[in-house]
Amino acid sequence: MIRSRFRDFDWMLLSFVLVLSVVSVLEIRSATAMTKFHGFQQKQMVFLAVGIVGMFVISLIDYHRLLEIAYWAYGVSLVSLVAVWLVGTKVLGARRWINLGGGAHFQPSEWVRLVLILVAARFFWQIVESGRDLSWKDIGKAFLLIGVPLAMVLKQPDLGTSLTYLPVLVAGLFLGGIRFKQAGIILLAIALLGGIGLSSGRLLKPYQRARLTSFMNPDSDRQASGYQIRQSLIAVGSGGLWGKGSNKGSQTQGDFLPIPYTDFIFAAFCEEHGFIGAVGVLLLYFLILVRLIQNAQTAADPPGSLIIMGVAGVLLFQIAVNIGMCVGLMPVTGIPLPLMSYGGSSIIYMFLALGIVMNIRMRRFVN
Amino acid sequence: MDLDSVDRKEKLSATRLQVSQYGVALVLVVLGCWLWRLQILGADTYRVLAEQNRVRKVPVLAPRGRIFDRYGRILVDNYPSVTCYLLREQQKDLDADLPMIAAGLHIPLEQIQDTLRNFQYAPKYQPIPLKQDITPDEQAFIEAHRNELPELETLDEQRRLYPKDGFAAHLIGYVGEVSENDLNQERFAAYEPGDVVGKSGIEETYDSILRGTDGSRDIVVNSHGREVGQMGQELAVPGQDLRLTIDLDVQMAAEKAMEGKIGSIVAMDPHTGEILAMVSRPTYDPNQFSVRLSSAYWKSIMENPDHPMMNKAIQAQLAPGSTFKIIMSLAGLQENVAQSLRVMCNGGGMFYGQFHACDKHHGMVDIQNAIPWSCDTFYYTLAEKLGIDTIARYGSSVGIGQKTGIDLPEEASGIMPSVLWKLKTQHQPWYPGEVISVGIGQGALEVTPLQLARAIGGIASGGVLARPHVVFADELRADELSAIRSTYPGSGDKTIPLTNANWQIITDAMAQTTAPGGFDTAAAAHMDGIDFAGKTGTAQVMSHSALARTGGGHSTVPNAWFVGIAPRRNPDIVVAVLWEHGNWGNNSAKLAAQVIDAYVTEQRARAGNLQKVAAAPKPVQTPDGAGGTAPAGQ
Repeated sequence: MIRSRFRDFDWMLLSFVLVLSVVSVLEIRSATAMTKFHGFQQKQMVFLAVGIVGMFVISLIDYHRLLEIAYWAYGVSLVSLVAVWLVGTKVLGARRWINLGGGAHFQPSEWVRLVLILVAARFFWQIVESGRDLSWKDIGKAFLLIGVPLAMVLKQPDLGTSLTYLPVLVAGLFLGGIRFKQAGIILLAIALLGGIGLSSGRLLKPYQRARLTSFMNPDSDRQASGYQIRQSLIAVGSGGLWGKGSNKGSQTQGDFLPIPYTDFIFAAFCEEHGFIGAVGVLLLYFLILVRLIQNAQTAADPPGSLIIMGVAGVLLFQIAVNIGMCVGLMPVTGIPLPLMSYGGSSIIYMFLALGIVMNIRMRRFVN
Repeated sequence: MDLDSVDRKEKLSATRLQVSQYGVALVLVVLGCWLWRLQILGADTYRVLAEQNRVRKVPVLAPRGRIFDRYGRILVDNYPSVTCYLLREQQKDLDADLPMIAAGLHIPLEQIQDTLRNFQYAPKYQPIPLKQDITPDEQAFIEAHRNELPELETLDEQRRLYPKDGFAAHLIGYVGEVSENDLNQERFAAYEPGDVVGKSGIEETYDSILRGTDGSRDIVVNSHGREVGQMGQELAVPGQDLRLTIDLDVQMAAEKAMEGKIGSIVAMDPHTGEILAMVSRPTYDPNQFSVRLSSAYWKSIMENPDHPMMNKAIQAQLAPGSTFKIIMSLAGLQENVAQSLRVMCNGGGMFYGQFHACDKHHGMVDIQNAIPWSCDTFYYTLAEKLGIDTIARYGSSVGIGQKTGIDLPEEASGIMPSVLWKLKTQHQPWYPGEVISVGIGQGALEVTPLQLARAIGGIASGGVLARPHVVFADELRADELSAIRSTYPGSGDKTIPLTNANWQIITDAMAQTTAPGGFDTAAAAHMDGIDFAGKTGTAQVMSHSALARTGGGHSTVPNAWFVGIAPRRNPDIVVAVLWEHGNWGNNSAKLAAQVIDAYVTEQRARAGNLQKVAAAPKPVQTPDGAGGTAPAGQ
């Protein structure tokens, strides 16, 4: 019975994900060996176990049921974001967590992203199903749908997480059939508005601009984003072809590299495992993403494809921004590297999203 | 694909899905290329940066050599101390931290800024010494702010511990940070800013031997600057210990004798030129110089009119007064003038049309009496007969007017007047009448206590003069010795002609000086059981007419000289005493007697002829508050 249910389960995708998870656990172990966070790899393994169980559970739920309750969940999400604002725990100057008691914290913004993927899928499915072209009104609605929770998370402030809502919108618009002309106009408008805002200095005050890139790190000079990127570049570059070996990266072990087990885990990995290791990780991400897109192509219906492409879009965005940051191509925004960075909310989100993807795949021959 | 027939319009664009795959590939390829750029092309650059991050060179300071007296008793030791350094390799705005550092280390902010300016052209890796000998409180401040102020670093080192109360301070000297001016000189080529260097005395002369070679450690640090390991090290070579010719017992007696007075005592072994004691008063505390000098202390030293920093044993250039009569006697006897000279002293006499006074009415005086009685009339006459150039020839032959070549910095040469000297320096002809003053050690004549000790010690040794020195030659390598000798040139070792008969006349007369009774000038300094000979000198610091104008006062009181020897021929020790404003040479004779007594007592003890002298003095201690031995009489 169970076996038949999982006959279309994407074991290959899961195996790529698990390989990456093992790499993550090993690098967390190395990066925290000399710090007070020593032993975090064990907590990460617990998160992974919870995530995998959650993935299997959610893969048994028909994603159409999820789509049906998507708007309700959207409402709950907005309420939970307001709740964070009202009763959230303030950590490092930002309210992102709701204290569940017993040391457990709940970060709604991670889960909201999952809801947004579902809501966006349902929204664009309705448009696609109606057979009409994407109108400016639809585009406006889509912007509102994603923009409201995005603004609320941005306000926490959590620039990193709020930015990860954008690929949901972009993926939806792209697959929802936005025309190049429309896309061009939107991009032009954004560029124009941004340009005016930046040049007039009204949109972002200097301190806000500084905070935009280094808001994560309120404590000291040493933690300024310029220092972080410099140290990250040194870590990555000094890794060379083969790397310095586990537990041997001087930047990672000497605490020069900031938070080497979360946001800068890729830099730590590059230092200790070199270009070879880094390309291996990129390859794994490539395989996961391609596998996801293939699943989207073979999904039974448009909402299935839309969901998977939402998940893939967010994943690609996070990879690009995080790794881009580690190699100095992007500013410091505080976006973790999915499946690599330490952190329960991020891991569990990822596996739940994969669970939905699995369900879509498992249902591709079923209706 | 789909089993159900679905309206085409309800499907998503297959092209767009396909394009997404290319998008993914593009993004990852861009990242991969960038990684290639960093990790393959930039690997060497970044590896260097990573090394600079984690490896830091920390100097390991060599302890300076200790200094001992001739019998191995310690004079200068070291003690452990902590210095705070500022590192400039950090990616940091140091200026912003300076106020906090200034407050925590109790240094004025301007002083730190000055220090930074001094080091602005020094290489960045070189740490800047901020404060020496920091207190435990300040050390705790540095430890507690490792994260905010990673640029602060502490370093354990050995500091100089000098004897208290300025004991032998002028002889030993002191150390300090090498100055900017010094660094521009060639002999400081091997020094770097912040290095500790000998600034005077033995510390300066023998700096290259005492200082050793600093080592370094390459330590691995984390981002907080905390040491987490060590890569390699270069051991420090400690400085060489130095044994001085100084005899602590004699030095202590001399220090005690000069307590509360102004002037100098220098004691020497005339056979070898080994300095046994060297004292200069007023003195200063070299310990104040080894850490940062307080401005109040510096001011008190600079404003003292009696020049506490001056080593009067080798730098005071003063008229020798009657002590010069020994050199006059040498000249007179060797020229075969004095042997037969008989002078009637009626309290002075007319020379070159002017009356010159003597202290007493000595009656008929010959050379045997003239020395112990110090009869001016006799030496006026002798000077008139010899003439200035003969006197100058003999004066120069025993080293007057030249440096002795002692291994101490800044020795003065004094003045031996002559016809040529006056022409050269004052562009004036010599007036024959001027010779009369020179005959009794006044006029333009100027000597240092050391010159006088060496000259008279040499005469008492039968005309054998030795180069004075404070460090045994066998402590040094040949090249070091020749370097010292060429740095401090002087008249050095020499022998002058002196007949046996003349030698006996002079030395017997000097012994008569301290004989009890009669006109003998230093009778009060007589010591039973010690063959103590010598010559007094009472040198006017003002002419009689000037004295009458000013009406006297302490600074007008004559300088009291005495040069003592024991035993009278081939003496083992010669002691020159200069007591500025000591009024009568007789007073200085009593100080010399104390020094010689200490020497003889010690020698007898060492030979096992005495039960016990005073217990061996502890290192770096001085006789406290002795003083008060100023004699009441003349």
